[in-house]
Amino acid sequence: MRALVDWIDARYPLTKTWNEHLAEYYAPKNFNFWYYFGSLAVLVLVIQFVSGIFLTMFYKPDAQLAFASVEYIMRDVEWGWFIRYMHTTGASAFFIVVYLHMFRALMYGSYKRPRELIWIIGVAIYLVLMAEAFAGYMLPWGQMSYWGAQVIVNLFATIPVVGGDLVTWIRGDFLISDATLNRFFALHVVALPLVLVMLVFVHIVALHAVGSNNPDGVEIKKFTGSNGHPADGIPFHPYYTVKDLFGFGVFLILFFAVVFFAPEAGGYFIEKANFQMADPMVTPELIHPVWYFGTFYTVLRAVPDPFLGVLLMFGAVLILFFLPWIDRNPIKSWRYRSTIHKFNIVFFGLTFVVLGYLGLKPVEPFYAELGLRLTAVYLLFFFVLWFHSQPRSSLFSWLSFLVLVGGYTYWDYLRLEAGVDQTLLVAMWFIPTVYLVICLLLPLYTQLNEEKPVPARVTS
Amino acid sequence: MANEGVNQSRRRFLVAATSVVGGAGVVAVAYPYLASWAPSARAQAAGAPVEVDVSQVEPGQLIRVEWRGKPIWITHRTPQMLELLPENRPRLSDPDSTVVSQQPAYCQNETRSIKPEYSILIGICTHLGCSPSYRPELAPPDLGSEWRGGYFCVCHGSRFDLAGRVWRNVPAPINLAVPPHKYLSETLVLIGEDDEGVAA
Repeated sequence: MRALVDWIDARYPLTKTWNEHLAEYYAPKNFNFWYYFGSLAVLVLVIQFVSGIFLTMFYKPDAQLAFASVEYIMRDVEWGWFIRYMHTTGASAFFIVVYLHMFRALMYGSYKRPRELIWIIGVAIYLVLMAEAFAGYMLPWGQMSYWGAQVIVNLFATIPVVGGDLVTWIRGDFLISDATLNRFFALHVVALPLVLVMLVFVHIVALHAVGSNNPDGVEIKKFTGSNGHPADGIPFHPYYTVKDLFGFGVFLILFFAVVFFAPEAGGYFIEKANFQMADPMVTPELIHPVWYFGTFYTVLRAVPDPFLGVLLMFGAVLILFFLPWIDRNPIKSWRYRSTIHKFNIVFFGLTFVVLGYLGLKPVEPFYAELGLRLTAVYLLFFFVLWFHSQPRSSLFSWLSFLVLVGGYTYWDYLRLEAGVDQTLLVAMWFIPTVYLVICLLLPLYTQLNEEKPVPARVTS
Repeated sequence: MANEGVNQSRRRFLVAATSVVGGAGVVAVAYPYLASWAPSARAQAAGAPVEVDVSQVEPGQLIRVEWRGKPIWITHRTPQMLELLPENRPRLSDPDSTVVSQQPAYCQNETRSIKPEYSILIGICTHLGCSPSYRPELAPPDLGSEWRGGYFCVCHGSRFDLAGRVWRNVPAPINLAVPPHKYLSETLVLIGEDDEGVAA
């Protein structure tokens, strides 16, 4: 065995790679629950690859045959239902895991120097993942596949001048058709997975070069133990491989509970309208995207102007790229940041969830107004994050507050003239306003903005 | 490697020139791949005009026919519906159909049609491409007292009157499109072609 390894090592850096990334990769010893989701994302990626490859063996990317071939997988292929449900559940699980992974980065400042590139690559992975999920959702060629694709592809039609031609080019036809299905299939099974794997590889290489962050947000590389390794670090293997394997076990129990007992998850993981074959002549009563796009769909619908809506929606995603330069506060972990900062992060998480829920609801006045106000909060969060980078003077605090509140209040005034329900508008006005009072003005008059000293080394 | 006696500026020039030629090659190869995404000859040929006999449409009824894969609505408007049309004017964004891309010149009139009773529209919401539902009733509870019949897009709440004209303050920015069409006889209409030729 030793001889074989030596033989390989002389020709390929096998032991070197093993050591650098596992046996002698020192990770902080104080990882907590939130540090499961990175490795879980890799697990889900593997699940999606394996189940996806097998689905490709039975699926037919043809507008005439696609819907029937999915039914064929579900009914006639031995264990076909199992493979497909793993793939559909995996898609939702991927987003759950990735959203929690991203929220972890928000809490502990994992996007801050020196990990900006890890964060940027991560956001790129998220973007590709959304494209991959969107392309994959089209393949069953059900009603929701078809009309969801219709709505999303038509987003590009709102671009001035070139929009119409661009959409025809994307579809390859004058409507969503066989040509569109065929190319989305190619993107979903070849092009995007390839990009995804490459990005994940780069994400991990960058992480292992810089070293992992931790719940205390301190750099473990600053204190080296007698063995020359970080004093507060432990080798990833066996310590964290075993920890992650335990996480895999818990995750797989939950995952297969869904696969076996609730694969449609009440219409959230597989939407009911998708059990009908795509019909270009009839739009389903309510078109909404799968739950993981709900947040951005609400942002899209929040403003009446379509092009502005599209800009806002893409802006809401792309602004994440700039997070390392928006939050300039030197303290990484929220453990040592102010209470108001913690509130800001938690409220942002809540806003994201409620926006996601609203994305699945019809456009009724109450939902529309709430969606609009929470869209404002979503965008204001990034301003507040920047605002909390350092202590602000009371003049600047009040000025920011008045300009922001004045800005949207003036717009509300214009909307009132256009005949929007008055009580609803006034009631909902308080959502962003109270949020801004807490985040911009409370620091001036309470002790809630006090930050704690950051310890030199990890605490537990 | 010996760097003495090397003409550095010539070397830089050659590297730059080779890069430019190589870049041109990349662009030249990229074009066929990008162009392959455009509608194929078969897809373009499938967009032929369709004939419809409108006498089969009962007053107040809407029928859907398919042209280029798009739903085309043919609505037979009753005299009462036509009478109510002008009442929508204050609520409309473009009551006089001034956006020229949305209808042929011969339909830029009060009813947005050649014959007042037959409305012919592309049944695709100008917001994001859903197909709105036909709601001919007067002031139904879910659409409010101002509703005089029209088309309602459940996707994002856009409203259109029975001439396909869009309301103000809804997501859809412009009126529903009227396809090019012409009457071959009293009741036979050809969709996708008019006296100016086949639609682009």
